[in-house]
Amino acid sequence: MSIGIEHYLVVSAILFCLGLLGVIVRRNLLIMYMGLELMLNAANLALVAFSRFNNNLDGQVFVFFIITVAAAEVAVGLALIVALYRKRQTAHVEDLTLMKL
Amino acid sequence: MFLVLTIASLAGLFVLLHAFFLAAVQVLVYAGAVMVLFLFVIMLLDLRAEERQRVRVFSAVSGLIAVGAILLVFLQTLLQGSLGSDQSPSLEGSTIPLGHVLFTRFLLPFEIVSLLLLVAMVGVILLSKKDLK
Repeated sequence: MSIGIEHYLVVSAILFCLGLLGVIVRRNLLIMYMGLELMLNAANLALVAFSRFNNNLDGQVFVFFIITVAAAEVAVGLALIVALYRKRQTAHVEDLTLMKL
Repeated sequence: MFLVLTIASLAGLFVLLHAFFLAAVQVLVYAGAVMVLFLFVIMLLDLRAEERQRVRVFSAVSGLIAVGAILLVFLQTLLQGSLGSDQSPSLEGSTIPLGHVLFTRFLLPFEIVSLLLLVAMVGVILLSKKDLK
């Protein structure tokens, strides 16, 4: 039995759901960021699998761009978290209710 | 740190999919740069006091149900849809064809992404200054 596209897509779906679960359940901003990274990686895996099994290189170019944007996003997000922590001494989303009515 | 293991395993999967350049980039960018950033921030924030678990049972259960439903939708779509092309895959994602596509058809997005990286770098430097004004 050869490994087809379905296997890669199932792995990608499971990874995506685990990342989403991390974002939803955990309340720490850093952990939520890690879940976000996991979701991006799952999307990358699905795109590379599609690209491979459809003989089209565009998917890999797209993954390249996603990786670049994710790196920029992580840098900016972590800088924001550090600035926030310096001001409020917390990284929990439940403590950040400044805009709550 | 299981996130590092996951990312390295994903790089291995990329190699299995013949996307060698992306596997190298994955290891360099994610396992290298992003992980170092994460570990540095964890070290900087000293999250020992944050380790206390504040996961409410209700939110955990509802989140599990929602995510399980989404996973079900994914798998259902996978089972139903015809992913089709039964041709044996012959695509090679090594550096030469990828670079060729990147510098011909996708030249403008490539330059825009470089600009985005510059903007992100300046923004991070500004954000991490001592006193925000």
